[in-house]
Amino acid sequence: MFKTLIIILLSSVLVDNYVLSRFLGICPFLGVSKKLDQATGMGIAVTAVMLIASAVTWPIQYWVLNPLEMGYMQNIVFILVIAALVQMLELLLKKFSPSLHKGLGVYLPLITTNCAVLGVTIQNIIDDYTFLESMVSALGVGLGFLLAMVLFSGVRSRIDESNIPAPFRGLPVTLIAASFLSLAFMGFGGIVENIFA
Amino acid sequence: MDVLIAFLVVGAIALVLGILLALICHFFATPDDATQVKIRACLPGINCGACGYKGCDDYAAALAQGGVKPNLCIPGAQAVADEIGAILGVEAEPFEDKVAFVACNGHCEATRKKADYEGVPNCKGAAMLYGGPGTCTYGCLGLGDCANACPAEAICMIDGIARVDTSRCLGCGLCATICPKKIIQMVPQETAVVVMCSSKDKGADARKACQNACIGCKKCEKTCPHGAITVVDNLAVIDYSKCTGCGACADCCPTGCLKKVVFPNLPEGVDAEDLINTQFEVPHGEE
Repeated sequence: MFKTLIIILLSSVLVDNYVLSRFLGICPFLGVSKKLDQATGMGIAVTAVMLIASAVTWPIQYWVLNPLEMGYMQNIVFILVIAALVQMLELLLKKFSPSLHKGLGVYLPLITTNCAVLGVTIQNIIDDYTFLESMVSALGVGLGFLLAMVLFSGVRSRIDESNIPAPFRGLPVTLIAASFLSLAFMGFGGIVENIFA
Repeated sequence: MDVLIAFLVVGAIALVLGILLALICHFFATPDDATQVKIRACLPGINCGACGYKGCDDYAAALAQGGVKPNLCIPGAQAVADEIGAILGVEAEPFEDKVAFVACNGHCEATRKKADYEGVPNCKGAAMLYGGPGTCTYGCLGLGDCANACPAEAICMIDGIARVDTSRCLGCGLCATICPKKIIQMVPQETAVVVMCSSKDKGADARKACQNACIGCKKCEKTCPHGAITVVDNLAVIDYSKCTGCGACADCCPTGCLKKVVFPNLPEGVDAEDLINTQFEVPHGEE
């Protein structure tokens, strides 16, 4: 039991990293990774939203959609629920923790329609996870996103300081750097499953 | 039938979420700070950013939080500072009016061109190409980026260099930010003497490039009775906190780059209003 959870956590952080292996959530990955503090803020906000979204969509899938045989409405219902959740979270944060709201403020609305958040909730259902497992998986995916953001913001600050040939300046070199990072993460393939074997 | 169920279920979920959102909004909403709203109403609302905040809203929020000076709104000047002071119940400090000043006097007759520039018609583009087409690499390029940035149409190009009509200048500092040569300074409105040069070349080189250049001879530094002038990197710099405006430096300056001024500092006989209405030929985009 415990072993399964650890495997889920590690594999969603390293092996199946949503940004670098599954290519979900590329928009904030390229958009908000220019500075370390912004990247960290976005990463933490995404992690929080993924956890809450998974906690709500799992019961909806198993207690509402499955009994009514409405699995085909999954995408629409999940998008609806996530968008409303993020709004609620924002209102509550503004009331109870203004400093946290200020820190995450700009990024929260951006996450409303982030495909990585939708991706993790749907993947939890596809993988037949229990509630606990899907929460651990959401945490892992969020941490993996945070890791990718932080690593890449470091890479980008180095890119900014280097002398890059004119045709590659800006987005092209950023995409090339992202592909290298993605290649590096491929090295984790097969490690996690075999650690506990 | 299936369609109806799907319709009802999704509708019900949306309704529940909607009601939840409305309830949260109703019970946990943070009321907008009353002081902040009042302060925001006083501010001019042009979001120039001269106060150092992201816009009027941001500045109002910072003021309502406290610990911020009420006299930072430059377009609003003293009147707005007083109003905000009244709302917050503090005495507003006297407002220091600042105006933009172009530290260059390299007009057509004083300096020459080393090349003809036919690239992108703005200063930023020209500055990228070997520091611009002029013989002096520090001076005004005269392509009017500052004039285009100015929200008050206070800058015009006369004889190839930018001049500020200080009667129109809001003091927002946008021109100073956009100038690629960084030769526009924000100086106090009461300024009596200015250094109309930004060249850091050595005397002989500066003079060769422009007749009106500061040659760093240090005569002003020795003459100034109040010790307000120092020559840094071959360029005279005035400390306005010490300057009394006696003008001794302007009288002794061999190249005339130190000038006594009474703002507005347009050349004599040029009326700013006329200039903007009739001769104002700054390249305002392609219109």
